[in-house]
Amino acid sequence: MPDSVMPNSFHLDAVPIRLERCGKTFAGGARALEPLDLTIRGGETIVFLGPSGCGKTTTLRIIAGLESPDPGGRVLFGEEDVTALPIERRNVGMVFQSYALFPNMTVAENVAYGLKVRKLPRVDRARRVEELLDLMHLGEFAGRRIDQLSGGQRQRVALARALVVRPRVLLLDEPLTALDAKLRDSLRLEIDRLLRSLGITAVYVTHDQGEAMALGDRIVVMAKGRVAQVGTPREIYYQPADAFVADFIGTMNRLGGTVRGGMLSLGTALLPWSGPDGAAELLVRPEDLALAGEADGHLDGTVAAAVFLGDRTRLVVEPADGPALTVDAAGRSELGRGDRVWLRVDPARVLAVP
Amino acid sequence: MRDLSHRRGWGFWLQLGFTLLVCALLTVPMAMSMLAGLTANYFVGLKSGLTLRWVEEVWRVYSGTILLSLQIAFACLACTLVLGVPAAYALARRPGRIARLVEELLTMPVAIPGLATALALIVTYGGVGDLRRSWLFILIGHVLFTLPFMVRAVLAVMGSIDLTTLEEGAASLGAGFLRRFATVVLPNCRSGILAGSLMVLTLSVGEFNLTWLLHTPLTKTLPVGLADSYASLRIEIGSAYTLVFFLMIVPSLILMQGLSRRGRPSV
Repeated sequence: MPDSVMPNSFHLDAVPIRLERCGKTFAGGARALEPLDLTIRGGETIVFLGPSGCGKTTTLRIIAGLESPDPGGRVLFGEEDVTALPIERRNVGMVFQSYALFPNMTVAENVAYGLKVRKLPRVDRARRVEELLDLMHLGEFAGRRIDQLSGGQRQRVALARALVVRPRVLLLDEPLTALDAKLRDSLRLEIDRLLRSLGITAVYVTHDQGEAMALGDRIVVMAKGRVAQVGTPREIYYQPADAFVADFIGTMNRLGGTVRGGMLSLGTALLPWSGPDGAAELLVRPEDLALAGEADGHLDGTVAAAVFLGDRTRLVVEPADGPALTVDAAGRSELGRGDRVWLRVDPARVLAVP
Repeated sequence: MRDLSHRRGWGFWLQLGFTLLVCALLTVPMAMSMLAGLTANYFVGLKSGLTLRWVEEVWRVYSGTILLSLQIAFACLACTLVLGVPAAYALARRPGRIARLVEELLTMPVAIPGLATALALIVTYGGVGDLRRSWLFILIGHVLFTLPFMVRAVLAVMGSIDLTTLEEGAASLGAGFLRRFATVVLPNCRSGILAGSLMVLTLSVGEFNLTWLLHTPLTKTLPVGLADSYASLRIEIGSAYTLVFFLMIVPSLILMQGLSRRGRPSV
């Protein structure tokens, strides 16, 4: 879809969001969210990423106004303290995993709902609904009922409905989770294009690291109600703050080694290493482990599984001791189960578990 | 198609026969009763000729009870709508042990014999002002009896849609509570509300147990009048009465069904 299709006029304000000591304890006493401080820059897309129950949805709902933070917490949109405002007075756009479209209304009526609430004159309403339906390529579906649409179309209607009111921030709660893989990819691209061109501050919640990496300007990785790390996708991937982040994002191998006098002994190799003496646990990405010959290899092991993925072959290698390692070999690699291989480690790309 | 019918074994005919038998068992007495209301002399049989005399007689003597029944039924519907729909909403939105307890309590008037409920009402409120002599006394009984049916019907539909998320969606677009309730909650619970209304109307019009104890000579409803006429008058009059009852209730049922069908999305 060429970018020229997008009406240039449709651009939204970039309002920063600030969370100050926003915690959440539910009625039963369960702590869903430890007090959290976070500034979301205007126009930024920030992704809350983590397994279920990590507090990411609670955080989103606090920003939305669907939950209020524990006493002491504050939510600010720009300079305005919105903590006490319910969601209907915060002027946010929200997209839900289950779409939350009104089954009793047509596509156009769904999109017009927020404008009707705002008592916009009929003519302006029709113009803006049409503008948004065009933006989301939904023009031909205006008169359809919701139950006549596919999941992808429904979520596009939900986006149009959320954006038509020109919200201050756009909140997306696992918007792609209910879709099948192919639709998910195409809608993710569409959302990405939309967020870039609108310039709106967006908060996106997902448990899918692929979505998070593709969409987020910054990612907030959460675990057990706490922020584990905040950073750009590259920072999160290459400099994980802890073992949880390292494991949660992509595939990470764990290696055991010993440090003595500035040298790390790993398998048969001695590599220069800066770190305290003693046993070290190391992390390395599959793409940073290379297959090597017996002469220049650092570790050896036996191939336990080889999965052909087209562009590469993913090997699971079992060393003589320690946990199995995942290694990427060339797609045309003929290696298979039972083959003996040697691996080379680039010390510059090895991370020590903090 | 002929091939298929050849293959119909004894099982098919047995089922058909059984179904027809059950249908006959249910409809023949109704038909007989209605026919009796149109027969000049039931003991002589159909050869005595058909007449509308008994229907006219019923209308002359009992039109008051018929109108009162309708009045009570629609008043009862109004009350159960006003009380039942918000109650169902509250129960649907607050799932918890207390909500379940209230739900069970609401069902109590259905489980307790109508006579007992009526007695309790008389003992408690019988002495309050003119209530005992008013048709409102019967209305109270009917509302008590029919409310659970309204609540259950609406609750069933509310439970089948994700009401919370729909409302959150509406709220995110700026809609306050009343607006959400009117534009999102009610329209999407329409089928349940209509089903409940249908139930309440028919139950109220046909209610006898409670009404029999609660009525006074001046506040007789249709079923009470029907019992009177069967007990003390010619069987033809009682039967004609039944006929009138059918004529009254069937159109309203059809009307309500039609309304609920029109409310459904066209697929």
